[in-house]
Amino acid sequence: MFPRPIEKAGPGARIGYQLLLPFVLIIWLLPLLAIFATSIRSGADINAGNVFGWPGEFAMIENYVAVFTRSQASMYFINSILITVPSVAISVSLACLAGYALAIYRFRVALPLFFLFVAGNFVPFQILMVPVRDMSVRVGLYDTIAGQFLFHAAFQTGFCTLFMRNFIKALPFDLIESARIEGVKEWRIFWFVVLPLVRPALAALAVLIFTFVWNDFFWANVLTQGESAKPITAGVRALNGQFVNNWHLVSAASLIAAIPPVIMFFLMQRHFIAGLTLGAVK
Amino acid sequence: MDVKATEHSWLLRNKLKIAPWVFLIPALAFFAVYVIEPIFESIWLSFYEWNGLYRADGTSTAVWVGVDNYIKLWDDPKFWTSLKNNLLWLLLFMLAVPIGLMIALFLNQTVSGMRIYKSLFFFPFVISQVVVGLIFGWFYNPDFGVVGSVWKALFCEETINIVGNVSFRCSSPPPDILSSPEFATYGIIAAGLWPQIAYCMILYLTGLNNVAADQIEAGRLDGAKGWRMLWFVVLPQLRPATFIAVVVTVIGALRSFDMIAIMTQGGPFGSTNVLAYYMYETAISEYGERYGYGSAIATVLFLIMLIYISYFLWRMYQDEKGGR
Repeated sequence: MFPRPIEKAGPGARIGYQLLLPFVLIIWLLPLLAIFATSIRSGADINAGNVFGWPGEFAMIENYVAVFTRSQASMYFINSILITVPSVAISVSLACLAGYALAIYRFRVALPLFFLFVAGNFVPFQILMVPVRDMSVRVGLYDTIAGQFLFHAAFQTGFCTLFMRNFIKALPFDLIESARIEGVKEWRIFWFVVLPLVRPALAALAVLIFTFVWNDFFWANVLTQGESAKPITAGVRALNGQFVNNWHLVSAASLIAAIPPVIMFFLMQRHFIAGLTLGAVK
Repeated sequence: MDVKATEHSWLLRNKLKIAPWVFLIPALAFFAVYVIEPIFESIWLSFYEWNGLYRADGTSTAVWVGVDNYIKLWDDPKFWTSLKNNLLWLLLFMLAVPIGLMIALFLNQTVSGMRIYKSLFFFPFVISQVVVGLIFGWFYNPDFGVVGSVWKALFCEETINIVGNVSFRCSSPPPDILSSPEFATYGIIAAGLWPQIAYCMILYLTGLNNVAADQIEAGRLDGAKGWRMLWFVVLPQLRPATFIAVVVTVIGALRSFDMIAIMTQGGPFGSTNVLAYYMYETAISEYGERYGYGSAIATVLFLIMLIYISYFLWRMYQDEKGGR
């Protein structure tokens, strides 16, 4: 293990390290802590310039309730869920099929097709912007929830396919070989042999894609116009304009927008990290 | 032999040739429509002038202008500012890799509660960039943000007049980072580094988990420690993690859009523009759509990214050749 485990350096060093840790953590998360502290202050505190001192009064519940009652935050929040969940479901299932095909079958264009998915996943959004927007307008998907999740699902299919293909390729090939010799049909091999084995990959992809799509801001601006189909990220920006100088409300709204990915991350931490790294660092 | 039987046996014989396409086609079709085709369409559109409108009979009003858009780009000072800022982002964003490594080394211990610490350090990456942008915009605020308050504590004297209003007298006014054309970009990059460092850190923490213990021990026996151990024994084993960290950091730097949109909208005076934001601003502006010119900017950004994509694919290809 590198660096040398701190236990070997004696009790003094260990205690010093354990005292240092929370201190470093607080500095690292200072912006976040500051915004949380602001979100539980009252408006009176902010106006009086008391931004860092001890709060004059705690207004946590009032502030968070005010975000929902004084703005369309609940609608934005529901929109975000309606966009994110189908995106995850579609992209992960399509990628399972495609990843299986690219990993198991040997055919000449398998590698070029795989690279096509990988490359597509890395392109800047701007190169897709005008055609995707134009197409959405023409087929009536502009300014709708479906228009957004269809795009996200298609785009994330690239990353998911990269991930699934590598995952399936790492499975023992003998399993599939012997199933074929037994005469098992190809789709049954996929369904009964491969799919149960890729469950960890499914979980990893689901949390990752959830976070990516939930946090999207660019497409929310490109593919929507009014408020009715906007997700929470774009909504928070709108609230920022609406709550000018009400920093306690802006802070509360920002934290509300941040909560679902954070919960996802904590619930599925192991899968999340595996997803971030396994797709790449094998 | 009847026709049906031949068909059936043809299917059976070519089962392994047909099956992959059945599995592939849904994903491929979807991906082609939304990702692959638009790339070519954008490049094609960059040779047109178009406001995005159609005539009554459904034909596009786009006009072929050849390379005019690219000539205009060449003479567009905003384009060069954006390009320069993109380079700045690329350069400074690379700091995320060594800083991420440092934090990972600091956290790679097994004292109690370490898992919680590691996940809390990873926090900034999970949060939306919009929220990070808002947090930092407020952090930098000279009147009531963290920067302003610290400045006041250090350089200002507080005076309270008879009515009870507080005012400050400062030896120099607190810096308004996001309104200053010289410093605003650095302010945004610093904000962007925060989640990116967290990302690199997690890549390195996972990498450090897989470092071969026997090689470390062998290194220790040979008397290597500290920096020498890091440089000669540990870092070579972290190469895959470093590679991914560099790739995602480059992509993150070139994709920077959210933070700029939230914190400055390209201002003051266009000084914080990057290609991604300038393209958006040009293509969908309040003064009417300029799809052709926007597509030309997007194409330039795409070509820059293509260098990295090609490099990444080339590396993957080398791995594939080495593998099964």
